[in-house]
Amino acid sequence: MNDMPANDSMVEARSLTKRFGEFVAVDAVDFTVARGEAFGFLGPNGAGKSSTMKMIGAVSPVTSGELRVFGRDPAADGATIRARLGVVPQENNLDTELPVEENLYIYGRYFDLPRPVIQERIKELIEFAQLSDRAGAKVDSLSGGMQRRLTIARSLINEPDMILLDEPTTGLDPQARHLLWDRLYRLKQQGVTLIITTHYMDEAEQLCDRLVVMDQGRIVAEGSPRDLIAKYSPREVVELRFPVGEQEQALAQLDGLAQRVEELPDRVLLYTDDGDHTAVEVHARGLLPESIVVRRSTLEDVFLRLTGRTLVE
Amino acid sequence: MTTPGAVRYFEARARTYRHTWRGTVISSFANPIMFLAAMGLGLGTLVDDGSAGAVAGISYLSFLAPGLLAATMMQSATSDSAWPVMAYIKWLKTYDAVLATPMNVRDIVAGHLSFIAARMTFIAMVFTFIAVAFGAYDLPRGLLAVLPAVLTGLTFGAVVMAYTTRLENDIGLSNLFRFGIVPMFLFSGVFFPISQLPDWLEPVAFITPLWHGVQLTRAAALGIPTRIPAFVSVAYLVILTVVGAILAARWLQRRLVS
Repeated sequence: MNDMPANDSMVEARSLTKRFGEFVAVDAVDFTVARGEAFGFLGPNGAGKSSTMKMIGAVSPVTSGELRVFGRDPAADGATIRARLGVVPQENNLDTELPVEENLYIYGRYFDLPRPVIQERIKELIEFAQLSDRAGAKVDSLSGGMQRRLTIARSLINEPDMILLDEPTTGLDPQARHLLWDRLYRLKQQGVTLIITTHYMDEAEQLCDRLVVMDQGRIVAEGSPRDLIAKYSPREVVELRFPVGEQEQALAQLDGLAQRVEELPDRVLLYTDDGDHTAVEVHARGLLPESIVVRRSTLEDVFLRLTGRTLVE
Repeated sequence: MTTPGAVRYFEARARTYRHTWRGTVISSFANPIMFLAAMGLGLGTLVDDGSAGAVAGISYLSFLAPGLLAATMMQSATSDSAWPVMAYIKWLKTYDAVLATPMNVRDIVAGHLSFIAARMTFIAMVFTFIAVAFGAYDLPRGLLAVLPAVLTGLTFGAVVMAYTTRLENDIGLSNLFRFGIVPMFLFSGVFFPISQLPDWLEPVAFITPLWHGVQLTRAAALGIPTRIPAFVSVAYLVILTVVGAILAARWLQRRLVS
């Protein structure tokens, strides 16, 4: 590890930009990822998260700006960088013609690991991925959650210093997601640096120590989930649902009830420091919403505040 | 440590083949042998006894077998560089998984073509033993003919890989067979000498890589002279192979590392 920069950062990006022809996918972003950190890119589809990940993964050339991964330039030292990375792409690209164990084996060979070392790691990784009883099974026969865990296990075959996870739980059912989060949490505790892209705010809150909010290729905010919420959103939210057609009319009567009012197509959000108190006031004004829910502010609210749009549309 | 990337990619393909070889038995082994039996032994009796007599003083079976071997190499190698490459680029994204490791596109192309060379050698050996058993030619010459046959396969493997990297869907692959491989199979001197073609078509046959592969393989198997100097055909196939491999690597890089 003598090639680490003095400040011990795993990734440093300055004015990092990616263009595809006229289209600017990543627009001059700055960020730093520290060793051992779980760092997130939160944003909707098309925000530039995956493009950023591919540049960090040294499989997509930087258009302009500066990028250092492990203190190295991906353009010059791509193979050296990739040797120390684990990559979990958005779409599983497991070898469907091979059984579980052999997927791990050939991947280890791509890293030029000696056979006995790979065999040793396969045992541990299959256990880690909770696939012990499916070691000889064809990939096609695995459930979505199992395939995802296998992809994560595969990314660990070279004992990477940093793992890039692109939308790790998209498309999984809640149970499979929690199982996966548990695995990722274990990696984090082992000191592995994680970089995660997600458009799920609960995932970002669960996993990330620090994150940047991305929208249309730009970083619009940065901080820990807790700091971002504290900075951009009052503590609580009152969600009101009105009968169809009555929302417009009700909106006029909500003036002054909250610090901020957001109107969504299907509900109204009142941002306030005391949700229960605000809910009482809503009733006091003679309003009769179909439902009224008081909850804490989340990253979803931060995103809505920063971009005027919801994360998952 | 430090095994070359191409060798490690070859290893992965070989490992995959252990699970998928059954699907290739019919097209790579059974079909060529059925052709050899039906055309060489069956039709061949008519040809040899007919007014034309044997082609160039050689039994039809002997004439056909080396040509069929070269054509089998063309078809098998083309298949290997068509749908599987398309799948690895686009449908399964296997190449993306490989390129996320220290491997690069040159490793993929070199490993892919090495594996084609190995598979073609195996198919050609099996074919040769059967052709020898049928009495088409003798074993030492038959083994010698494996070399130009495998070179023919490698040429198609490289050129078709380059072609496949440019495609957005597999319609282009069906067209490749319809308008490229099947006409070449029929009109590049496998079943009859291209001198039998209409005058205007003969030069076309002349530029097909398969014709060069056929004339080299036939000359080696039967000990007869080539129509044009052998080194010209060898050089032609080698150049096509190298150009195909370079373009495949360049285009794969452009497509996957963007």
